[in-house]
Amino acid sequence: MRFALSEDQRLLQDSVVRALAAFAPLERVRRFADQEESSAPDIWQGLAEMGLPGLLIPEEHGGLGLSLLDAALAAEALGAAVAPTPFLGSAVLAPLALRGGTPEQQARWLPRLASGETTAGVAISEAVAGARDGAGLTADGGRLSGRALFVIDAPGADLLIVADRTGALHLVEAPPAPQAMRTIDDTRRLSEVVFEQVAAEPLGGNEGLDRLRDAAWVMLAADTLGAGQAMLDKAVAYAKERRQFGRVIGSFQAVKHLCAEMAAELEPARALVWYAAYAFDHAPEESTVTAAHAKAHLSEIGRFVARTSTEVHGGIGITDLLGLHYWFKRIGLNRQLLGGPERVREAAARAQGLVAA
Amino acid sequence: MDLRLTPEMAAFRDEVRGFLTAHADAYEAGQAKDPMAWQRLLIEHGYAARTIPREYGGYGAEPDVLKARIIAEAFIAAGAPRGIANQGVSMLVPTLLEVGSEGQKRRWIGPTLRGEVVWCQGYSEPGAGSDLASLQTKALEDGDDFVISGSKIWTSTAQHAQMMFCLVRTEPDAPKHEGISYVLIPMDTPGIEVRPLKTMTGHAEFNEVFFTDVRVPQANVVGGRGRGWFVANTTLKHERGMLGDPNATEARLNALIQLMREETVDGERIVDNPVFRDRLMQLQARVMAMKFNGLRVMTDETAGLARLIVKLQGCELNHQVAALAIDALGELGILYHDGPHLRARGGWQRNYMFDLGLIIGGGTAQIQKNIIAERGLGLPREPSAKVTA
Repeated sequence: MRFALSEDQRLLQDSVVRALAAFAPLERVRRFADQEESSAPDIWQGLAEMGLPGLLIPEEHGGLGLSLLDAALAAEALGAAVAPTPFLGSAVLAPLALRGGTPEQQARWLPRLASGETTAGVAISEAVAGARDGAGLTADGGRLSGRALFVIDAPGADLLIVADRTGALHLVEAPPAPQAMRTIDDTRRLSEVVFEQVAAEPLGGNEGLDRLRDAAWVMLAADTLGAGQAMLDKAVAYAKERRQFGRVIGSFQAVKHLCAEMAAELEPARALVWYAAYAFDHAPEESTVTAAHAKAHLSEIGRFVARTSTEVHGGIGITDLLGLHYWFKRIGLNRQLLGGPERVREAAARAQGLVAA
Repeated sequence: MDLRLTPEMAAFRDEVRGFLTAHADAYEAGQAKDPMAWQRLLIEHGYAARTIPREYGGYGAEPDVLKARIIAEAFIAAGAPRGIANQGVSMLVPTLLEVGSEGQKRRWIGPTLRGEVVWCQGYSEPGAGSDLASLQTKALEDGDDFVISGSKIWTSTAQHAQMMFCLVRTEPDAPKHEGISYVLIPMDTPGIEVRPLKTMTGHAEFNEVFFTDVRVPQANVVGGRGRGWFVANTTLKHERGMLGDPNATEARLNALIQLMREETVDGERIVDNPVFRDRLMQLQARVMAMKFNGLRVMTDETAGLARLIVKLQGCELNHQVAALAIDALGELGILYHDGPHLRARGGWQRNYMFDLGLIIGGGTAQIQKNIIAERGLGLPREPSAKVTA
């Protein structure tokens, strides 16, 4: 037994970090965040060179055939770089949903997703986090009608993975045009999609949604882990350099203890995220409990780290100029998307029989 | 990441489980009926003193973190007591193994492991808490002996102990870290007085120990004269590992879950109250995170920072688990001492209060944060304030 990353996994994470430094530096993220683009294909194509879009796709379909832990390491790097990519929808959730698809569906979509030439969006918010404002989709005779909110990675997508009100998954080719939902986090794109008798193919059985939800929770937790670690690193670097009262502020216990508290929260959280990702593939009976705990716990400590790192930076921390707010907002979105901590913890309790039937 | 058990490890797990089933009549409610006999049995099977060499009274196995983990998990699952984990076993024995003389190892390790010799730790003084190196208990050379005067505080088990491992100042003119020696003192030596120190739990878990011209052979020094600070840091490292043990936290959380499933208010189980259930889930996530952090610390050589946070987070988490149990019990949670409605013999309240002492002891939470910030994150030390003597 070894609770540690393999050499390959370290290399994978390092290369994603390096690729993001090249293709998605902060000035590139800022241009995207200014809302003039609905997607950033240059970044995604840059990451496609190292195979990121096909990380979870089997090798026979042109992917790398890796595990959810590898995807979590990539998600961590993406969160650390506040990178605008369709990774969650296109590289994680759609390929996992297609595992339940027919060989024909897989052959049609997986190679194109793996190469990055096509991207996929995912509309499962109502089925996972509950329906708001009358949203929800009804399937009838191979046609979907209704409205989906908080659709992930829809802009530019040729394919949508959709859950209807019963939790059944569908595959929608040539989906309706998404309408942007402006959120706090301008580094990612969430959409509203209206369906009026849109043709859809059924996709696998009903357990598909639970697996997608678990994977999504782990990915959002990993994204927060990366963003939180970046915020701690920035706070520590700033505390070593900023001088007041004739000393660097990191020599004041009032400041260094804030940094220590962030580190003390992040280190065990990292182990929790790794384990939840590992369990998804190797201990499925623990998957829902650990994924839910990872999602909810990272949401809680993410909020603490986001706020505390900003405070360590003092006044400069709240300026647009510094850009720390991109990480703050990234963590804020991850907290609510596909269920806030209270809802997700209830799922953890239910999955271990602690909720009366 | 590979958390699967090999067939060899699965067989080992079955062997431990088999042992616990076969000896289930030797313990009850997590306590051994005969702790000394239980301890001897555990050593004989390698479930205690596992990696201590055989010639010193241990089992003599190679260190194997996975087997250690399998043993811990099997004992938790069975509700079986882990054998003696007092300061002698947890702190003195590893220290002697690292820096003790051959004679000291042969004389003390075996009886300590078997529970025949109980030790107490003489570190803190009224004027030397977090700043331990400023300790003032002095040992003056007199022939082959030292003559010791001064006092120690927070000395748990001093009233039962036959021996103390103690830090004394042997070189008064040396810089404060270099004038200290680590010495073994028989507690029946004339001139030692032990006074119980009653705490907020209502019990005297600690003592004060006073030394008046206490004569100890110089041969009782461990690790060399003036090397006591180095030797003590060896020991403190072991103490910090002991104080944040995630296995103990997990066992306590399991007891809390059981309590919340069994206790009812107006006929409703506490676990069916969504507010309490949510609080339980928040803690369970933290306990899991610390458990996996513990696995990582054992097997991942890159886990330096993960190791530094164990004492701070582990002790706090134990305290919070006890706090939720008290809240879940509601008015029953304030019962203490004795009485027909008392739950768990008052253990939750007692733990809640005693754990506050553990958050402070072994390096306060604030000292832990200094360690994390300075050694883990590379932040600079707080400059010393100018002291006027």
